[in-house]
Amino acid sequence: MGLLKRLLRMRETGLILIILALFVVMSFASPYFLTWVNMRAMAMAFAVEGIVVVGMTILLVSGGIDLSVGSVTALAMVIAGLLFLNGVDPWTASLISIAACTAIGAGMGFFVTRVGLHHFIVSLAVMVIARGACLLGTGGRPLGLFTLPPEFKFIGQGSIGVIPVVIVIFVAVVVTFDFMLRRTTIFRKVFYTGSNEKAAAYSGIRTKKVVFLTTTLCSALCGVAGIIYMARFGSAQPTFGIGMELNVIAAAVIGGASLSGGTGTIFGAILGAILLSVVSSSLALLDVSVYWQDIIRGSILLAAVSIDHYLNKRRG
Amino acid sequence: MADDLILQISNLSKAFGPVQALRGVDFELRRGEIHAIAGENGAGKSTLMNAVDGILRPDSGEIRFDGRPVDIASPAMAQRLGIGFVHQEIALCPDITVAENIFMAATNASPHLLMNYRDLERRAAAVLGQLGDIDPTSLARDLSISQQQLVEIAKALTLDCRVLILDEPTAALTEKEAQVLFGIMRRLAAQGISIIYISHRMVEIFDNCDRVTVLRDGQYITTRKIAETTPREIVNAMVGRVIETLYPEKQRPEERSAEVILAVENLSERRRFRNITFDVRKGEILGFAGLIGAGRSEIVKGICALEGEVTGEVRLKGRCLDRRHYKDSIAEGIVYLSEDRKGDGLFLEMSIASNVSALAVQQIASNLGVIDDRREQAQARGLGEQLNLKCGHVGQPVSTLSGGNQQKVAIAKMLSVKPQVIFLDEPTRGVDVGAKAEIHRILRELARSGVGIVVISSELPELIGVCDRVLVVREGQISGEVSGDSMTEENIMHLASVLERQQVAI
Repeated sequence: MGLLKRLLRMRETGLILIILALFVVMSFASPYFLTWVNMRAMAMAFAVEGIVVVGMTILLVSGGIDLSVGSVTALAMVIAGLLFLNGVDPWTASLISIAACTAIGAGMGFFVTRVGLHHFIVSLAVMVIARGACLLGTGGRPLGLFTLPPEFKFIGQGSIGVIPVVIVIFVAVVVTFDFMLRRTTIFRKVFYTGSNEKAAAYSGIRTKKVVFLTTTLCSALCGVAGIIYMARFGSAQPTFGIGMELNVIAAAVIGGASLSGGTGTIFGAILGAILLSVVSSSLALLDVSVYWQDIIRGSILLAAVSIDHYLNKRRG
Repeated sequence: MADDLILQISNLSKAFGPVQALRGVDFELRRGEIHAIAGENGAGKSTLMNAVDGILRPDSGEIRFDGRPVDIASPAMAQRLGIGFVHQEIALCPDITVAENIFMAATNASPHLLMNYRDLERRAAAVLGQLGDIDPTSLARDLSISQQQLVEIAKALTLDCRVLILDEPTAALTEKEAQVLFGIMRRLAAQGISIIYISHRMVEIFDNCDRVTVLRDGQYITTRKIAETTPREIVNAMVGRVIETLYPEKQRPEERSAEVILAVENLSERRRFRNITFDVRKGEILGFAGLIGAGRSEIVKGICALEGEVTGEVRLKGRCLDRRHYKDSIAEGIVYLSEDRKGDGLFLEMSIASNVSALAVQQIASNLGVIDDRREQAQARGLGEQLNLKCGHVGQPVSTLSGGNQQKVAIAKMLSVKPQVIFLDEPTRGVDVGAKAEIHRILRELARSGVGIVVISSELPELIGVCDRVLVVREGQISGEVSGDSMTEENIMHLASVLERQQVAI
């Protein structure tokens, strides 16, 4: 098969074309759109969430789903913030917080693989519990962390040359996990498990272990994202990330991940996130009411998935 | 004579993508007759019946019911016409009662808002009374496989049907239960109901049916009166050549070896099987026969550490194995080919190459665990050539292949780890005749090269044709062994139905 033909058949190509088309239209519609400041703002808007998208995509490929990502990200901020306010060094506080999120993921993995509950229910419960913990720990008010040392804030606010550190971290995470998901034997097992769990078990794959690990990884990446948000905002916000799970799942699904598992790429999911972010930014620039934005985003999701379903059916 | 026909099918065709499942098939069913449809797997029997039942829409051709041309669009419509269908697969809802299962269709069509459970149970009991001892208030999940099959039959009997289709109804039944069913079939036929009977078992066809129609490769071959034909003639029509050439040559006497590859001793699992002891010898193909639900697959999965908490010993070439997980068995070279290719054998939407490498992905990856696409594809191409796999490219999804080629991918997956013992569960189910013969040839070659081969099959002619020795399983125990001249359908069926720990003379 020719390279061009293969490129055209890839879902990523379609998304890139749509994003480019939006860029062209918007650059005419708003003079502000193609400015460095706006580009940077858009990139910052999805970069940290993009790290969560990576975790979610891998989890979706393995056949799972996680509704607790927003709450767990907020909890990461709150845990690290409280520790810092109680005199713990911010780096140590961050590590402890990421470890705590990893443990939450492992806990969900336990309930899914050992107790045998559905991902949806377990993560729904954890979503509520983690949010409650955030509010309990902070009394519902944001924690101002004004004394964070500058080298720590650098993670969220600094730049290397003209490139924000956040973007550097994001690109590193995406490239690493994209490569691993495509090429390594460990992540191939994730595809086998999500594609047909029974066939995977009949191929000697410990499918429960795989699902346990993908569940844990997703929460761990939420922890990482929470810490970056904290460094960026200089505060810990207990109500941060409400509704994040929908954005993240939408991005992954627009990027080609299937809720029934077995398909999806990190690159595609990130393009999905970029698309949603560009649309949001465009609507804001065009002075569309914020109340319209959710309606439009939801419709894009529905359209993307319907088109994909239709194309798949025709191919199959 | 035409008004004597209840069902008349002419020139029916149906294609699934590139696969032509039916090619201009003709079929006629008279009132009150029991008409067998015979054919190998993949011959088109199920496709034809699914068209009659409205599950599939034919591409072309005509179906006339009671003299009128009909377009059967759905199973509900087939039911209104009076066509009842007992499927080969048991499809009961496990969590509701037997009575509710039996009247599921009636409830669906019922004009009443409320369920009348007592009435359902009374009517269910009346139907079940003819078939055997089943409590209509018990949950479907608590029944044995053969009882579930009887419930499926009861379900069809409650429909006021004029044509009853039975697809392999006896595969899970004991001899006695099967005899009860045959009695009911004859009574229904005497009442003028027509029965289409699908079976592999020549004995059943010849004992109970009036006529037989043979299909092969999606084509109509012939229709004969049972009284005017012989089993051999029908089998030859089914396979399209003289039967002797269908199966590969068996083990020659000088090839017989006392060397044991795999020894299984006293293998038991709490609920499903007990005291399983047998050897797999070098160079032989060992068969496992038994009714569906007798525990054949469970025993084999137990040996492979795939499921169940199993006690007992498994020795590979004299060395006792410690198998905690199937992964350990694969590492030792013991692999299992699943009976349900689509359900749990293959990753349908993944590529051929990714399927073939699934048992041991590390084989085609670097030490760091990075997969080498070229090595993965070369592996699939190499094994594909060895098995005569027909495909465009090893990167294409397995779902695009025919049943036979899918099965070859599943076998290639087994061979990718250079196994010592292969357990194959129904290796030719849903595979066309050509691919079937090829798979049998491959199995014989593997056995000759020293790989231990164990085949589970519900098709007795296949076991008899392919295996050198057959163990019969009944209710979780080995009830006997047949080999050489004692390997006959009658002997195997007898051992499968009656529990006697005896060996039929070897």
